[in-house]
This record gives sequence, C-alpha cells and structure tokens, in this order.
Amino acid sequence: METLFSLLIGVFFASAVYLMLSKHTVRILLGIAILGNGVNLLLFTAGRLTREIPPIIPFDSDVLPSAAANPLPQALILTAIVISFSFFAFLLVLTYRGYQELGTDNTDEMRLAEPKDESLPPLGY
Amino acid sequence: MAAPTTAPIDLSAAMVMAPTALADWLVIAPMGLMITLGAVLMMVRHKLHLHGWIAIPGLVALVILDGLLLWRVAVDGPFTMTAGRWLPPFGISFTADLLGALLAFTSGIVALAAGIYGLRDINATGRRYGFFPFLMLLMAGVTGAFLTGDIFNLYVWFEVLLISSFGLLILGSERQQVDGALKYAVLNLIGTTLFLIAVGYVYAIFGTLNMADIARKVPEQRDVAPLLTLSTLFILAFAMKAAAFPVNFWLPASYHTPRVVVSALFGGLLTKVGVYAMIRVMVMLFPLEREELSLLLAIAAALTMVLGALGALAQSDLRRMAGFAVIAGIGNVVAGVAIGGQTGISGAILYALHSIVAMTALYLLAGEAARIGGSWSLQTLGGLYRQAPGLAVSAFVIFFATAGLPPFSGLWPKIIILKAALDIGAWWLSAALLVSALILTLTLGRVFLLAFWRPQLASAVGEPVSPATWHRSGPLVGLVAVLVFFGMFPDLPVRLSQGAAATLLDPTAYIQSVFPTGGAE
Repeated sequence: METLFSLLIGVFFASAVYLMLSKHTVRILLGIAILGNGVNLLLFTAGRLTREIPPIIPFDSDVLPSAAANPLPQALILTAIVISFSFFAFLLVLTYRGYQELGTDNTDEMRLAEPKDESLPPLGY
Repeated sequence: MAAPTTAPIDLSAAMVMAPTALADWLVIAPMGLMITLGAVLMMVRHKLHLHGWIAIPGLVALVILDGLLLWRVAVDGPFTMTAGRWLPPFGISFTADLLGALLAFTSGIVALAAGIYGLRDINATGRRYGFFPFLMLLMAGVTGAFLTGDIFNLYVWFEVLLISSFGLLILGSERQQVDGALKYAVLNLIGTTLFLIAVGYVYAIFGTLNMADIARKVPEQRDVAPLLTLSTLFILAFAMKAAAFPVNFWLPASYHTPRVVVSALFGGLLTKVGVYAMIRVMVMLFPLEREELSLLLAIAAALTMVLGALGALAQSDLRRMAGFAVIAGIGNVVAGVAIGGQTGISGAILYALHSIVAMTALYLLAGEAARIGGSWSLQTLGGLYRQAPGLAVSAFVIFFATAGLPPFSGLWPKIIILKAALDIGAWWLSAALLVSALILTLTLGRVFLLAFWRPQLASAVGEPVSPATWHRSGPLVGLVAVLVFFGMFPDLPVRLSQGAAATLLDPTAYIQSVFPTGGAE
C-alpha cells in the first residue's frame, strides 16, 4: 500500500513541477494545487496506511494497537489543507487581478515591475 | 500490552503538574499580544484615527516584552513553555534561546520604527486596507517563528507571516504591485511547501516534531535514515525564503513595488526568518550534514554576495538597489553558516542582527530621499545635501554600515566572518566577501555622489516639500543611532551572538530546558 502511494505521490510531484514550469499563470496555479495535494498525501503516508484498525485504545489495554494508523500526521494534514486552501483562494484572486490589470497571463510579458528597457544609472558625474 | 488500569490515573506521567510559572508565559506573550491587537485593529478597521493609538503602544509593549525575554534568556539560559501542559514532545513547545530572543528583540525595534514611519507614509486608503492589522499579524508570525520549539509550528508561523506579507505587499492594488505580488506569492508558496515536505519526512524518520527531541534523536538515526537528502531539502526551502542565489529572483521582482515602509519591513525581517530557520535546522539539528554540505553552501553564499552587489551596482531605482543590497547581505550570513564553528556561526548571527536594522534603515532612507527629491531614480535625484543635511548624515552612516566600513555596525560581523573564512583557508570565500563589500561601497558612494552632492537638476526643481515631521525622521534617527552605537561599542552584541552560537553548537542547555527530567521516551 505504501509503495503504491509513494508512486502516486511521485506522479503528483512530477505533474506539479511540469505545470509550474509553464509560462501561463493558470497552469502554475494548477501545479501549486497539485503540489499541495501531493504533500498532503505524503504526510498521510508517513503515518502508516492501515484499514480497519481504528486508532482507539481497546478496553483491556493502555496503548494503541501497534498496527493502527498514527493520528498525528492526519492532524498535520488538516492544518496543511486549511492553509493551502486559503492560499490557493488568494492566489486565484491575485492571478485574476493580474490578468485584468496586466492584460496577459504569460509571465514572460509581465514586466511591469521590472521593465525590459530600464535605464542604467548615470555613468558619469 | 499493559494490564487495564483500575487505579486512579497518574497524570504526572503525561502532563506537567506544576502550574506554569508566570515568568514562563513571557515566551508566548509577544505572539498573544500581536494576534490580539491584530484582531482588535481589524474590528476598528474603519475608525482610522484609532489605528495609531492602538498599534504604536502595542509595538512599544512588544519591544518591552521581547527585551524582558532577551534579558531573562541572557541571564538564565533557554526556557520553555509547553502548550496544554502536556509533557514535551506531545505538547507543542515554545522555547526561547539566545538566538531566537536576540532576533525577536531586534525585529521588535524595527517593527516599532516602521510602525511610526507608517503613521505618515500610509494614507487613509492604505489604512482602510489594513496596514496596521497586517503589521501586527506579520510581527506575530515573525516572533512566533523565532520562539517556537516545534518544527511544524515553525511552518505554521511561516504561513502566518506569509499571508500577512501578501496583504501588505498589495496594499493599494496598483498594477505594479499586482505584478510583483504575483511572483512573490507563487515563489514563496512553493518554498514553504518544500519546507512542509521536509517536515513530513522529519516526522516519518524521527516520529517527533519537537526540535529538542529531534536534536536528541539525530545521532541514532544517522546510519539508517537519508538525513543528507533531508538536509538538502531544508536548505533549498530556507534558501528560497532567505533569497540566496540561485533562488533569489522573487526578491528584486517584488520588493520595490509596495509602499516604502512595507519594503523596509520586508527587507529587514522576512529574509532573516529564512536565515534563522536555516541556522536553527542546519546548525542545531543536523550539524554533521551541514559540514557535509558546507562547500555547496559556501559556493551559493559567494555567488549570492557578489551577484547581489553587482545587481545593486546596475540599478538606478533606489529601492531596487536596496533589494540587491539585501541579497548581498544574505550571502554574508550564509557564508558564516557554511564556515560553521563558533566563529562562523556567531558572525552569521551578528550579521543577521546588523542586517535587520541596516536594511530597514536603507529603505526608509530611500523613501525620504525620494520624498524630498521627488524621484526614485538616480537619473533625476540631486541636491539632497543642500536640501536635507540631516538626511545626508543619516545616509552617510547607513551607507557605511551597509558596505561594512568602520566605524559603524556593519564592520564587526564582516570581520568575524572574514576571519572565520581565513582560518579554514577558504581564500576564495574571503575574496568574495571583500569584492562584494567593495562593489557595495562603490554603489552606495555613487548614490551619495549623485543624489546628495550633485546640484539639483534644473528640470527637477518642483514644489518645495514639507519638512520631515518626527514621524518620519524619528524612526530613521533611531535606527541610525543603533547602527552607530553598536559600531562604537560592539562588545555586548558580539558577546550575545557568541553565546547564541555556543547554545546552538552544543544544544544541551536547549534540550535540558525542554526535557528537564530527561523527558518522556
């Protein structure tokens, strides 16, 4: 199960990197969303993948059954999901604003903050 | 399997039984204060006249709290408070040691200066968009990152400061700002996600997120776990946050677009949080891996400082020049981390402290120069020496400090790092340090020549500007005073940063403060 998941995470990361290398902001955004989900899956896998063993301490014991999944990574994922979701929402609005204001979704043409023909400082006094 | 429990439950096995001492609350008080004030300010967002009256006393209180914290840590050594009274590593610990407390205190001073400058620099629209609430939350994030003792918690504080920095960056929503913010947001988010990946692996390897616990468990995992890969991932993530070459290109693309006071805060604080995290993780948690990777770090550092200085030389916009100066400074700090040892690390820490103050002052100076001279460009600026002699004095001090010339505070950390580089025989790294300082001296000397000494251009004579009020001159003079004072009397900061480096290199005291009785295994 873990092997399968690590392959899946690899596919997630590969497609995220591929999308983020694009010049178009929408694809970069999709790449970021996939990257975030890949990380969540990674954290999830780090806490053991088991079925049908709930992380509940049985009545006749003081400790969890050793095969139960670790609940802590799942708490980490919850935090990470909330954060990456809110960032994604913000980035969506920002890219849309960028498209409206700059008239392009091509990052090569977004040169407003760093103009191409910027003048050099005076070379003499 | 243990037998079912029938006796009353022994809570002391899992919890801290003694109530938290009042003095221990000090370690979370700065964040509590900043988050509360941020929320209050958000509620009175439309009562603009109240903002300053809430924010400035709040920032003064932050400086006082950070000062008390620093004093206590300097006298008694590191101390810890754990959330919910669960015994570490189960509860989330906040641990203040000298490194964190020093950086938090310096950041508090800079935030106060920026807050006061912002009273005049941020117009009503900017306030309505939430400059002061974002400033408070940014400070909560920055201070939290410096004081937390839990690596996942560090990630959360990174996100807190990142989201508030987005808000500050697009304050006003000008076209240029949207362009800069887009690049800043995307690249920083990717950097933070890389950090999260590394945190996931840390948990998979060590089964703990508490930094003191990780530091204890690293030696036993060294032979079985891929720690070198993990360290490389951490370095990449933190280098991205710190804007070290070759992952620095988001900084010059964005730092010149917001209001100048926001640039000043970012230039002073944000990259230093990345540097702090790199020092904490690489020096305290993975010391042997840092040695293994030190050549890589040193090459990156040399390129960062030389290319940063060359970039500054090529700019005519004062703010863009300052952005490249920030990058050159990061190169110096990373060089200290790469060299390692007591001298290298204490030099890096001292440089980070100096850089927080100097970079903020540099941006504020650029803001004043542009306000009086009416332009950001070296093409048109001129005559400031006659128009604003006081500003010229500040500029002289700040330029000398940034370039690392005596007698101001930039000199000492540079000398310490240079000595550390010569001690290990890395002549090329020392050469890069000196070349970078020389190019920065040329750059800043030229700014002084053109913007201050050159007579005002006839085409640039405009409306006379109002003289600077104390809101504008006060912060600048205060920061300049810090630069002068610690240049003249470097004894105290040098001693403190040596102490901070010693705590990092031998984290026994740090671990002891988290696990006073040896802790839960």
